[in-house]
This record gives sequence, structure tokens and C-alpha cells, in this order.
Amino acid sequence: MSAKYQRKVYWNEPTMTWWERAYLFEILRGLGITSAVFLRNMWRWMTGRKGALTTYYPEETRWDYAKLNRGKHILTQRPDGRPQCVACNMCATVCPAKVIEIDAGFDPTDAAHPKYPIRFEIDYSRCVFCGLCVEACPEDAIRMLKETPGLPRFDRGQMWIAMDELLTWNPQHDVAKPYPVAAAGDKKRGPA
Amino acid sequence: MIQDLVIYLLYIVYALAVLMTFGTVLTWVERKQAAVMSDRIGANRAYVRIPFTQIKLVWLGLFHGLADGLKMLVKEDWRPKTYDWYAYAVAPWVVFTPVLLVFAVIPFGGVLIPAKLFPSLAGFFGDRSYALQIARLDAGLLIVFAFGGMTIIGAMLAGWSSYNKFSMLGALRAGSQMISYELIMGLTVMGLILIYGTVDLTAIVQQQSGILLGFLPAWGIVHQPFAATLFMAAAIAENKRIPFDLPEAESELIAGFYTEYSGMKMGLFMFAEFIEIAIIGALFTTLFLGGYNLPFMSDSGFAFPGGYALPMSHGAVVVTQLVVFLGKILVMSSFQILVRWSLPRFRYDQVLMFAWKFMLPLALANLIVTAIAAWVLA
Repeated sequence: MSAKYQRKVYWNEPTMTWWERAYLFEILRGLGITSAVFLRNMWRWMTGRKGALTTYYPEETRWDYAKLNRGKHILTQRPDGRPQCVACNMCATVCPAKVIEIDAGFDPTDAAHPKYPIRFEIDYSRCVFCGLCVEACPEDAIRMLKETPGLPRFDRGQMWIAMDELLTWNPQHDVAKPYPVAAAGDKKRGPA
Repeated sequence: MIQDLVIYLLYIVYALAVLMTFGTVLTWVERKQAAVMSDRIGANRAYVRIPFTQIKLVWLGLFHGLADGLKMLVKEDWRPKTYDWYAYAVAPWVVFTPVLLVFAVIPFGGVLIPAKLFPSLAGFFGDRSYALQIARLDAGLLIVFAFGGMTIIGAMLAGWSSYNKFSMLGALRAGSQMISYELIMGLTVMGLILIYGTVDLTAIVQQQSGILLGFLPAWGIVHQPFAATLFMAAAIAENKRIPFDLPEAESELIAGFYTEYSGMKMGLFMFAEFIEIAIIGALFTTLFLGGYNLPFMSDSGFAFPGGYALPMSHGAVVVTQLVVFLGKILVMSSFQILVRWSLPRFRYDQVLMFAWKFMLPLALANLIVTAIAAWVLA
């Protein structure tokens, strides 16, 4: 009754030549390949190049980050260097991780923008880098870099980043915001 | 006799230091070599900070071995509810100790004449000379196999006493595999014994400093290239490393016979494995690669083919021999690591099939051919 078990033969069944079946030669070939890679990488290393595809994560930045990668936040600035933020709290409201904290201040001398942030802080230990704050901002005051410079830290407490660091952005080429100009004495003021 | 005591204590300290250093450094070599072979960088984050400064010594990740050791020492020593706690506790040491003891009979240098090396000590040592070897035994090679065979007992003890099915399967695999490959190791070495006519390792090394056919160094690998290949394969299988790591195949048996071990007890198994890499390197060097000598070199200096000789002072010879022996061990260890990171694991039936149906006939054929050749040439 019981038919003899026949193993199914698959369409991509590997077929080996006697050379491969003899095992030893292919083993030697494999060892040759791996040791060749080893020697090549060691040679690169000894001649001062990097013998690996790895990127050291915090120290080096990968070259192939997407152009629109959502990295660390920056606050854009007015021509005089103050933040463009008007402390409307829209980013803090939309933030799904609730990592943005803003304290608003009142400046009667600036009639166009009387409201400004005294404190603008982001807790990067909880940020999910969704970019909703950038979408929500009516003033184009917050943006995201494509890299995350200096973000990996050893201590969770150090990841609470305040306005002084968020305002360090100093673009050289930016079509949308040709300001702030580098030096205060520069007269070429862009549109406000 | 106090002189002998001093010398042999020094030897023992040297041997232990060498083995421990190899055991630690090889963990680093293994990681780094594997990384470089696969276009990676490898472990490079552990550092030692010089106290009271911010100077962090990374040294290419050399301190990862230290970090591992420290981690294993401070980990919880979790123990299973086993019926045979004594066997459980003693098993790592049964694996670890024989591995160290093997080195006692391996010569790591030629002859040491302390009075010649340090003339100021001539009054103490007189004209005594010592072979650079902890125990010069006539039966050196047999001792190697005797101690090598003892590690099986440790693996079996660990597996049986752990009260765990994975451990027991691992121990069964370890037992059958190690006994099979022990046999092949012995048979491959038989050819060498036929050629050299002795099992004294120092005599074997001394015979390898000659010249063969007028231009080749009379190394064992030149005499017996086939046996050298088989020996290396069997030794890797004996050490239970990939491609023969069936006793501890992670994907099947968690960690095989030491699944239930934690902390430094598990560390001892790992450490024994790494030291055994160095021991296999030392043994292969001694048997097949001319031991502590460079090609055409003997205790009196170089004697190149063509009658050209280059005598060396005693101090230079001793230092060269010590360094060359360590260098050869390192190269052979590196080769084993290369094998471990290149080849895929065998299936379990293939391991034993390979031993009994492939390597055993080859070893026997090699032995027969050697015997006939030795008989014809004699």
C-alpha cells in the first residue's frame, strides 16, 4: 500500500559537476576568495584608505542620505539674526511625540512680529522625525536638515536641545531665504 | 637543582602567559579578521581611559577582549537545577586544563644556555643547558593526543550534567565527532612518525631543519602535504569550530553542550576554544612547519642549500626561535579563523560521513603510501 517515498525534484535543483562534488577544490577557491578580500582590505587600510564599506556612524556622515531626509531641526532667522518663529505653538500642537516646548515673549518694538519665542526646546530622545512640525509652521521658521549633526549622545539628559543650538544654522545658498547675511554690517538685506 | 627550578618556573610562566595572551588576542583577531574579510570594520569602540585625563586608548579595539572577560566575570552565575552539580561545576575545568597541559610538551625554542646568554649568571648556572620546552618527554606526541582526548570528557560531562535536552544532544554530537576526528588526527600523524622515526617533538623539529632534495627545507609539510591538509581539517573538527561546529550549532542547539552555562564558566569553554586554536597552530607548526626554526635554520644558525652557512650567536638564535614560533602560531591561528569565516557548516550526517568515508580512507592510503615509500627508501 505504501508507495516508496519519492523526493520531489525541483525545477531549480542544484546540479554539481564532479569538480564541485569533490568539495576540496571549491573549498580552496572559496578560501582564496575570502583571503583575497582580506588582503585587499588590509592593503587599503595600510595605505591609509578605509578598507571597509562601513560608515562610522556619529563621526562620519553617509554621502547617500536622501536630499529630503528628515534630520535635525533648525530654526530659520530674520535678517538681524532673531528667530523667524512667532511662537504660535502650531508645531508643538501637531507634534505627535509632544517633544517641542515653546515659551512665548512679547516685543512691542517689533510691530510686524510682536510675539517671539523666549524658549524653544526639542527633546530629541523622544522625537520621531516625522516632519509634521515643518509642515505645520506658517512662517517657514522650522526646517529639517538632512543630517543629524551632533545628535547621538551618550546621555539621555543631553538630548534636550535648546534654541542656541537650533539657531546655529547659517546657510550659504538658499533660494527661499537669502538671509541672514553673514556679517551684521552687510547692507544686502533680503525680503522680510 | 635550584637552577632547574628557576628555569622551569620561568618556562611555565612563559607558556601560561603566551597561552593566555593568545586566548585573549585571538578573540580580537577573530573579530577583526572576520570584519575585514567581509568589508566591515569590526569591534572598535571599547577603550581604556587613562585616569584623571580624557585620553581614551582605543588601539583598534584591542580592549574588547578585556571588556568581554570583565563582563563574564561580573555576570550572574546562573545554575540549572541539575542532579549532578559536581560534574556540572567541574566540566569547564576538564575542558580547559588539558588544553593548557598540551603546551607542556611542545618545544617553543631550541636550547637555552643561561651562562652563555647572560655571562653574569655563569656562576649560578655553570654550564647547564636547557631545552626550551617545559617537559622533554620521549612520548611527546602521545602526550598531546592523550590530553587532547580528555577534552571530550569535559564536553560530555557538561552536556550530561546540564539536565537539558539541547545540552545532551550537543554532548552526544561532540562525543561522536571528536572521537571520529581524533582517530583521523592520529592516523595522519602516523605517516610523520614513520618518516621521523620518533614521537619526541624536539627530535621531530630538529630533523626538520635539514635540506630535502637539495633545495627544499625538510619540513613536514613538504614530506607529507596530504597529511598536513588532513591533519588541519581534523584538528579544526576536533576543536568543534565551523565548518564542524555541530556540537554547538547555534541555529539548532542554542549553544550545544554549554547551553546551561553562564558567566565565567561559559567563558572558560570559549577561552578553551580560543587557546586550542593556538595549540593547534603550535602543534601544526611543530609537526609540519619546522617548529621554532626558520627554513634551513638550526640551533647553530642558518645552513642554506649550496653549502652556504650563516652562524648566529646563541642569544640571536634563542630570540629568533621564540619569535618565529609565536609568529608561526599566529599565522596558523589566522588560517583557522579564515576557514571558520569562509565555509558553511556541515550537516550532522555529513560530518561523520566525511570523517569515516572520506578522510579515514584517505588517511589510511596516505599511511600505506608513506610506509611503502619509507620501506623502499630505507
